[in-house]
Amino acid sequence: MDRILFGDNQFFGVNHISDEKSRAQLIKFKTDEAIINVLDIAKDAGVNTFMCTTYARIGNICKHIKANPANYPGYKIYPCMPYAHKYANAVTELGMIGALKSYMPGNIFTTALKGGMAFLSKDYQKMMELMIDAEMKMFEGINTPVIFLQNVVTDLLLGLRAYPMLYAFNAYVKKKYNAEAGFITMNLPLLHKVLLDGGIENPIICTSFNKEGFRMSGGTKAYEAVLAQNNARIIAMQIFGGGFIAPKEAIEYVNGLPGISSILFGASSAANIKQTVGLIHQ
Amino acid sequence: MGLSHLSIAGAHPSVELVAAVDTATMVTDFLQKFSDIPCFNDTKKMLEQVTPDAVIIAVPTKYHAPLIQEFLEKNIHVFAEKPFTLSAADANRLTELAATKKLVNQVGYHNQFLGTFKELKKLLQLGAIGKLQHFTAEAYGPVITKPQPNTWRSNASEGGGCLYDYASHVLDLVNNCIAPVTEVKGSLLKNIYSAQTEDAVYSLLGLSTGLTGVLSVNWSDTTYRKMSTQLTITGSNGKIICDATELKLFLQTPVASLQYTEGWNILSVGELQEPVNFYLRGEEYSAQLDYFIAAVQGLVPNTTNTFAAAALTDNAIELIKKSAK
Repeated sequence: MDRILFGDNQFFGVNHISDEKSRAQLIKFKTDEAIINVLDIAKDAGVNTFMCTTYARIGNICKHIKANPANYPGYKIYPCMPYAHKYANAVTELGMIGALKSYMPGNIFTTALKGGMAFLSKDYQKMMELMIDAEMKMFEGINTPVIFLQNVVTDLLLGLRAYPMLYAFNAYVKKKYNAEAGFITMNLPLLHKVLLDGGIENPIICTSFNKEGFRMSGGTKAYEAVLAQNNARIIAMQIFGGGFIAPKEAIEYVNGLPGISSILFGASSAANIKQTVGLIHQ
Repeated sequence: MGLSHLSIAGAHPSVELVAAVDTATMVTDFLQKFSDIPCFNDTKKMLEQVTPDAVIIAVPTKYHAPLIQEFLEKNIHVFAEKPFTLSAADANRLTELAATKKLVNQVGYHNQFLGTFKELKKLLQLGAIGKLQHFTAEAYGPVITKPQPNTWRSNASEGGGCLYDYASHVLDLVNNCIAPVTEVKGSLLKNIYSAQTEDAVYSLLGLSTGLTGVLSVNWSDTTYRKMSTQLTITGSNGKIICDATELKLFLQTPVASLQYTEGWNILSVGELQEPVNFYLRGEEYSAQLDYFIAAVQGLVPNTTNTFAAAALTDNAIELIKKSAK
């Protein structure tokens, strides 16, 4: 994994500390060109991995990358799935079963289809595999060496103690996509233990690390204790605490932590990208 | 969304999960297969076999009243999802029953556990913006964005519709941060995509203090990525605009007991929110269950989001429905 990974929240109006900024970002990145332009700025600053949620629009970005291979040598995308609000709204609208049906490929009443079989026989692992395949479609022809499970699903399964589903995700992306599984979480100490207990060696975990302890559930000390064990590849996210920690002190903190493999950040402007990359490399 | 409650409770160090009940075998089969939580498809069968200290009820709203009553009568502490019930009469009856039985009772109005709205409540209690003149209470989001197939959410008698869902959150904030709604001067309940229920609610509200304001809620608004809830309150000494992520306070004259300065003060939830031990969907969802669990343990008083507080919202919903006829 590269030291710096470029995130996508800014492109899709995901802002944890201001709804107003969120709207401004949605306006700024209304067109795919605007997104590509910023990805190119990051790439020119040496950031060659884009870590993104599986929004439908990411498909257009993938098409652009595939159409211009000369511009993206060695470029990698780390897909993060699923896009939770898509499913959450479907659950509110259609109920749990209705939502599952609507996202299963094919018509579930056509039992000849794999999806229908999986649904009717309650083969949950098969259903998960079909959903992963559906989400991965847009990345065909793109280098995706790590595939992430979004925190809302990782953490839901964690609380439900449905650990075998986490292990199944790990096994399937390895088998089908020859990729490593990554797990995004807001609960590092708990997840780290569960993954190691499940025999996943040196797991890839993306989680909040910031000076203020923002979204570091269980506390900063427990998080830093995981790093000290030196048996996981940790990606630090939310290093600016959602935006209220100044860049210099934010990066000094994560750079000073031994055991952080990579740093994930997102930014909308060339100035911010260059500044952040420069500070991380200092 | 019972699964997320179960997950949060499952990660709580003081909680032993003794049962999960769901009528959908899709859910219970999953839990039986992958986790260690004992499952049932019926509460009566569950209660024959286990004796829980406390229960979390997250089912379609029409089942709230009978289920809450069933558990209270068995002396079990109750956390119920919002809205509390479908009638003010049911809400008042269950509030009394919980009080008589001295049982912990709470309803899932999670906004009360957000740092921004907690600060808003504090500022209003301190009179920071002077004598209140007007409020606007809003919520917008993209839940129903095309014509609907029939589910319980498309049936008002089962607690479907925007009034019981989005609007209940906003009404609860008005009731418990400003003052209880006691009068509704007029309402528009509008259909956008739903055939049988409203997708938007617009009302003129009067509060017990005499303050008046506007309610504006629409869950068919695709310009929002997710639910956005906002209160704007104007007073003789300034204004507060508050949502889940930010509190913006304008003061004409600084208040001696507060550190805020003249003009705009912007506070983000990052600064205001207390961390939680297990995070799933937002600190507030974990914080409300942590609080309920602590109340059951006798560690905190049972004073936030009580049945009595939630009954005010059931009452306001009833007033809005009457005013729209």
